[in-house]
Amino acid sequence: METGRRTRLFIGLGVAAAILLGKIFYIQVINDRYKTDADKNAMIYETIYPTRGIIYDRNGTILVGNKVAYDIMVSPHEVTAFDTIQLASVLGVEPEFIRGKMAEYEKNRRRIGYQAVVMMKQIPAEVYNKFAEIQYKFPGFRAQMRSIRDYPVNAGGNLLGYVSEVDQGFMDSHPGEYRSGDYAGKIGIEAAREKDLRGEKGYHIFLRNSKNQIEQPYKNGEMDVEAVPGKDVVTTIDAGLQQYGQELMQNKVGSIVAIEPSTGEILALVSSPGIDVEQLADIGKHYGEISGNPYKPLYNRAVSASYPPGSVFKILNGLIGLQEGTLKPEYMYPCSHGYHFGAGHKVGCHGHKSPINMEESIMMSCNAYYCYVYRNILDNRTKYKSIDEAMDAWREYALSFGFGRKLGSDFPSELSGNIPSGKFYNKRYGKGHWNSVTVISNSIGQGEILITPMHLANFCATLANRGYYITPHIIKDSEDVRIDPKYHQKQYTKVDTTQFRKVINGMWRAVNSPPGTGGTAWVAAVPGLDICGKTGTAQNPHGADNSVFMCFAPRENPKIAVAVYVENGGFGATWACPLASLMVEKYLKGDTARPELEKRMKEGNLMSRVKH
Amino acid sequence: MIIENQTQRGLRQSIDWKLIGCYLLLVIIGWLNIYASIHSSETTSILDFSTRSGKQFIWILTAIGLALLILFIIPPRWWEGFSPWIYAGVVFLLVAVIFLGVEVKGSKSWFEFGPVRFQPAEVSKISTALLLSTIMSQTGYKLTKPKDFFLTVAVIGLPMLVILAESETGSALVYFGFIFVLYMEGLSGWFLGAIGLIILLFITTLTLSPYSSIVILLGLLWLVNTFKSKKQFWRWLLIGGGVILLFSLLPWLWGLLTDAIQSRVDAAQNFIGPSLPGKDPHFRGEFLLRIEPVHLLLVSALASIPYFCIKAFRERSGALWLSIGVFIAGLLLIFSTDFIFDKVLQDHQRKRIEVLLGMKEDLSGVGYNVNQSMIAIGSGGLTGKGYMNGTQTAFGYVPEQSTDFIFCTVGEEWGFLGCLVVILLYVFLIVRIVLDADQCRESFTRIYGYCVAACIFMHLFINIGMTIGLMPVIGIPLPLLSYGGSSLWAFTVLIFIFIALYRQEKKYF
Repeated sequence: METGRRTRLFIGLGVAAAILLGKIFYIQVINDRYKTDADKNAMIYETIYPTRGIIYDRNGTILVGNKVAYDIMVSPHEVTAFDTIQLASVLGVEPEFIRGKMAEYEKNRRRIGYQAVVMMKQIPAEVYNKFAEIQYKFPGFRAQMRSIRDYPVNAGGNLLGYVSEVDQGFMDSHPGEYRSGDYAGKIGIEAAREKDLRGEKGYHIFLRNSKNQIEQPYKNGEMDVEAVPGKDVVTTIDAGLQQYGQELMQNKVGSIVAIEPSTGEILALVSSPGIDVEQLADIGKHYGEISGNPYKPLYNRAVSASYPPGSVFKILNGLIGLQEGTLKPEYMYPCSHGYHFGAGHKVGCHGHKSPINMEESIMMSCNAYYCYVYRNILDNRTKYKSIDEAMDAWREYALSFGFGRKLGSDFPSELSGNIPSGKFYNKRYGKGHWNSVTVISNSIGQGEILITPMHLANFCATLANRGYYITPHIIKDSEDVRIDPKYHQKQYTKVDTTQFRKVINGMWRAVNSPPGTGGTAWVAAVPGLDICGKTGTAQNPHGADNSVFMCFAPRENPKIAVAVYVENGGFGATWACPLASLMVEKYLKGDTARPELEKRMKEGNLMSRVKH
Repeated sequence: MIIENQTQRGLRQSIDWKLIGCYLLLVIIGWLNIYASIHSSETTSILDFSTRSGKQFIWILTAIGLALLILFIIPPRWWEGFSPWIYAGVVFLLVAVIFLGVEVKGSKSWFEFGPVRFQPAEVSKISTALLLSTIMSQTGYKLTKPKDFFLTVAVIGLPMLVILAESETGSALVYFGFIFVLYMEGLSGWFLGAIGLIILLFITTLTLSPYSSIVILLGLLWLVNTFKSKKQFWRWLLIGGGVILLFSLLPWLWGLLTDAIQSRVDAAQNFIGPSLPGKDPHFRGEFLLRIEPVHLLLVSALASIPYFCIKAFRERSGALWLSIGVFIAGLLLIFSTDFIFDKVLQDHQRKRIEVLLGMKEDLSGVGYNVNQSMIAIGSGGLTGKGYMNGTQTAFGYVPEQSTDFIFCTVGEEWGFLGCLVVILLYVFLIVRIVLDADQCRESFTRIYGYCVAACIFMHLFINIGMTIGLMPVIGIPLPLLSYGGSSLWAFTVLIFIFIALYRQEKKYF
């Protein structure tokens, strides 16, 4: 009964009514947008989907093309009673499937509203032709032409990525670019080059009459916009080599990366186990299987797995020693089954002649030699005041080779690996509580060093180029798709180019010395190819050692640099070395003269050794 | 009424004919618009019983029958006496429908008997209003007594919770309207204000951002303090206003700044050289990117609290102390809402709330409806396209065009003037009911009248608000206009019980 309160509530009622009327006045009288939109409602926009760009390999082979398929679309509110049995038999499905779908649309009719939804995806052209004949009997149903991906060669499943329908999350993260029903590239090249490949959608405008039927093209099609096809992308991949690498790596876990040293172009990037292109074509069906595989085929080991490099890293330490002046090629160091320090501690080594010089140390992969080399770098107190400083200087060298950071390739999900710094060890052991012996494992590529196979291939390319690299990349410059100019620039390391030839002779001898003379990589030798390489056997806390090898060929004017990393493969010479050698031979000669070796490599199965 | 007592007044005086007139007008407007909303190229008669307008005609006739029954047959005293039984019966139905009902549009709240559907939630408004009026009109009842207060809350809350369990969020929201009844019956105005503020902050935190909520909270406190303080009016107005304006613009300004920083950082990261891998030694501004406007706002707000405390202490200003308290409580509410929503709730729970508030499904579903409905209303212009000339609603662009979105047809065909008339009719209806109620000596009738007014108001505001994008899409009908028997009958009964009660008052006093 309180009139004060009543008055207040009446004022509130007045305000509420005013808010409603104000907003109504705004949209009815002030703002014009809703009037134009009302006109638009009388027009129908039919989307024309562009064909997606084709992905080529470096020689013009098509890696990913297009083929035509049809989606069956339904506008549930236009559907009238129809012969379910006939439609089902034409579309080749059970009548229950169609009934189920219609019931689902009825349930979601509020959400669907007046839109058309996809009932069946990617039906082949034969089925479409049958459907087109009887389409007039089924108002509300129509077919939408769609081009889908086609993979003529089984190469590069992991590299290419796949195309799938965008989901809500994807649309939210790309506002305004996609609409429900659009397709977009996910992972790999399809994702990285989405903007080039996708093209631009077009539309045709039709008028619809008051009976909601399409009557005629609006203004005779004057306002229509044609779709712009996507741009073709040329990759640096060699389809044959990529396919060969995949075959070699089957039933093994690891990667192969091959680079053309003079250009930084990636010739092959194999990650095993990988994805079959058959699966890519119908990713929706296989996605669960792929993502549930314990070996993680979606995970691109070539760029996203970091491992200890093992002995291949000795080359880098040698180069740094040479540049620092603490190592000369003629320095001889002894090795008695390893490097002994402190009371009973040692870094072990295999049996070989002693003492040896630098070239021989590379050829025979002597551990002791690099313990001396590494300690001489770190304990150089005439140049560096403390070990921290020396450590950082050593690290700067490694970074200049691309280690310990993302290389900046155009391939997504690169990992940076790890090159430890002085600060890192100060944090771990405390300042002054560590010395060159504490970190001695780094000398032979163990310890805290982590690199990706891509890093290793890039390092090998740097050796092949005698001192510089070009950032590895997978997209070739073409008229349609320009690439970043940085992929043409030479990146010089902090080691003088003159130092490189001194280690390369050792790498040549590692491969080309006759068996029995101590060369660790004689398996890799191919007459006439002059392969230079270095083996590595990296300790693996999760089981058998990892087998590592890097090589380039020919020695002068190298055409290819290859890095191979086989998880749990044991000695570098056992798996990685012959695999790399076959890759080089395949690329340079087109075929192998060692079918026995090739067969053994292809059939080798290491999966039982791999723990995951 | 054959024998007329001397003290009794006749039909002419005892019945509020203006109220009934208003009721009839709205029902007829509804019927005409239902016809307009479904008419298509084939011309059908408004009385074609296979169409919704034909069916609505039957609903209207039966509703009038119901009205006569309530006015002349059922003794008005029964309502008070039977209210606990009616209430219990309806709650039973509300629970039963969860198990026995059919699912319509995602909520299980309908009974189906052959061709007829019936929604208990519509009736429960009436039963709740009746029982509420019964309890609150008891002698000795005081809202301030804890026992009475909790009883009242329970009477309102029970059906509300059951309806929520049926996923009929819209219908449940209507029960908030009973707060106005409590307010009229002595609930503190602060309580009303506090609930309003909590709802406002809750919704803005979830739909906009915690930042906007804080700015809104600050803005409200600023307004109150500006108008409360007479001496420092101009100081409050200018300085405070400036600060509020600055913070309103801050996200935008900060966006400009961080864009600039980001481009420099990007440039630095893309720089690759052998000597300086990954780093531009001249630029170290990356840390700025991690600061968000909300941090700046919080730091400055918290830093100024001591200042305001001292100010409040010196000036012995209760209002200022209260403002500080409200601000801190508001901050806690905003961040706990945000935290609980983001971290504690599970995905499906979060999704529900998002759908509830109309935050999600916006592109494909609900957003489409609102957009279409705004297009329909907006295209009406000042005077509308004329009756039966609307294109948007008739061609089926607007979903639910004869039920929840019937207002679109009004907007499109009758324009702003039509909307004005309809809304004014509702305002008249509400005001008239409240004024009539206030004249009543029986507390039961008075409180019941308030309940009726509150229900109509909630439906009106939520429904029309929804069609013009002010409220989330939570389908509830527009009283008397929307197509549908359940809804029309329920509102008829709701209103006519009041008219009958009022008539009884007039007859004897």
